[in-house]
Amino acid sequence: MALAELKLAATQTRLTGMVMPEGLNDQRVDAMNRVITMGLPHKRDEYWKYTDPATLTQSTPETAALFHNDEGALFADIDRVKIVFVDGVFDADASDDLTCEGVEIGRLADVDGGWAADIYGTLEINGQLHVHRPLAALNTAFATDGVVIRATAKAAKPINIIYLHSDEASDVMLHNLVRVEEGAEVTLLETGPAAARFNKVLEVDVAKTGAFHHVRAQGRDHERRAVTHCFARIADESLFKSFTLTANGVLTRNECIIDMVGDDAVAHVAGACVGDGADFHHDDTVFITHDGLNGESRQVFKKVLRNGATGVFQGKILVKAGAQKTDGYQISQSLLLDDDSQFLAKPELEIYADDVACSHGSTSGAIDDDALFYLQSRGVPRKAATDLLTLAFLAEALDEIADDALADDLRDRLESWLGRRG
Amino acid sequence: MLEIKGLEVKLEEEDKQILKGVDLKIGAGEVHAIMGPNGSGKSTTSYVLSGKDGYEVTSGSATLDGVDLLDMEPEERAAAGLFLAFQYPVEIPGVGNMTFLRTAVNAQRKARGEEELSAGDFLKEVREKAKALKIDADMLKRPVNVGFSGGEKKRNEILQMAMLEPKMCVLDETDSGLDVDAMKLVAEGVNALRSEGRSFLVITHYQRLLDHIKPDVVHIMANGRIVKSGGPELALEVENNGYADILAEVA
Repeated sequence: MALAELKLAATQTRLTGMVMPEGLNDQRVDAMNRVITMGLPHKRDEYWKYTDPATLTQSTPETAALFHNDEGALFADIDRVKIVFVDGVFDADASDDLTCEGVEIGRLADVDGGWAADIYGTLEINGQLHVHRPLAALNTAFATDGVVIRATAKAAKPINIIYLHSDEASDVMLHNLVRVEEGAEVTLLETGPAAARFNKVLEVDVAKTGAFHHVRAQGRDHERRAVTHCFARIADESLFKSFTLTANGVLTRNECIIDMVGDDAVAHVAGACVGDGADFHHDDTVFITHDGLNGESRQVFKKVLRNGATGVFQGKILVKAGAQKTDGYQISQSLLLDDDSQFLAKPELEIYADDVACSHGSTSGAIDDDALFYLQSRGVPRKAATDLLTLAFLAEALDEIADDALADDLRDRLESWLGRRG
Repeated sequence: MLEIKGLEVKLEEEDKQILKGVDLKIGAGEVHAIMGPNGSGKSTTSYVLSGKDGYEVTSGSATLDGVDLLDMEPEERAAAGLFLAFQYPVEIPGVGNMTFLRTAVNAQRKARGEEELSAGDFLKEVREKAKALKIDADMLKRPVNVGFSGGEKKRNEILQMAMLEPKMCVLDETDSGLDVDAMKLVAEGVNALRSEGRSFLVITHYQRLLDHIKPDVVHIMANGRIVKSGGPELALEVENNGYADILAEVA
């Protein structure tokens, strides 16, 4: 069967029996039509060449055993607004009051008109311009809930969405919206595995001189699957920073699509990933469009892979004709701790302006034997020395986090994860 | 303290014999120097003692206070009291010098069943010892050896030695790449560590360093063996006449 027919059939099967939640009806119907037009992704699609989407698109998710450990919550010592979802269901008792100076916080399920309804799905549509992202459209059509945040000034605290996983068969779609008004600033933290299968979209609209910080730690459940999309549109002199830490999980595909529409805008996307085992597959797919003057973008992705783990990086910088003085940087690196693990990288630059500086690099390497021996010769046991060098490798990505307290918390956590490997 | 007997070593990768029966005995508190032409096996001796990969010991032994070194992992040798000051200290991007020092000190203490040093005590000790070596706070904060000058790297080696307080210190061409002032500073650092219970093996090409670190015994190494041993005057002889005379004499 031709690919198009194959996809159409699969898409129809998938959509059969899916129930559209109430509210935002027009946007949802449009989104479903986009899904039908595009068809759900297939491993023969070029954009999914390195990551088989089958378990993300099939009607029933694979189950994922719950992962129990005695670790405390991430960012526990940081004063933050906690918003808890358990298998995608809002947990009011576990959550804080949704109030915070400088921001308005609500839930997608309660949206009835207003700014949130106006932008719902619009950034996702923009993100479909160059490459199809049908799983994001599927999310826009069927997301059951999410958090909507509007920053009107500098937020007094970070907002932490905590995604808990308690059902081995949970299949969750959440859709979050963020609008940062002129001169405002907010930090969004996302932590936890969320579900056996999690499809999440985050749309972020940053007005001029606004700043958005995003720090995410995907849960350590060994068997969970996730596909996430972050769509951002950033205006003049605005700042967008996103960092993701991923450890464990069978399958993770994190897409980040940034449209730098304003002049003098800055966008930094970074990720650190630690993968162990032949069933670990992690994919970072990034698409940054420069459409303003003097834009600066950075992509810094580091992956540590062992015991047959697979890491994927697809990163693109598109510089449009008018986007002069663009400064684009992209680096993707893997540390392969054995011969069985693999890293697949596809860096892309597409440049239509003639006065830009863009660079990209991609490397795969092993632990530096000289450094390892140096540490051992000072009395550091081989395993501890390997862990220290592994952390050092990931440090460049963690350095992209602007807030030291958040970065330190992740660094400490990562250190214990390397030590325990549980 | 250190006793090497009939040590024969070949490269793992190729069939090349580097050490062809090295004998060396260093008593507690003694300072020995090894001089010798390029390729004579001086650095190989230091690597084999500290446990670097790539060498195969085909015969002989090396013991530290009677304990067999050659069977141990590099970190176990370090915990047993062996220290190698590298000719080319390794740069480790992403690992802060201070983190590195504290990890090393505490790993050794742990291996010896001692209590780990508290952060406060450690900091106090590092600052004191760094000051004597003119190592500033910035150098302690930066990643290990990254962006350090040749002199800074060597001083950093001596700082590690001062913090780890080994019994047996092997200095592999610590004077290479140093100007006169830097060499003096490094030598002062070494001399400050000299004590009854601590021995040194100083590998060098030049007599200059031995003006500052006065050896008890000087050995000449050539073609994988120690061919002559004597007092400090042997180093002067090398300085004045080169190796040719000595090698001709023992041939």
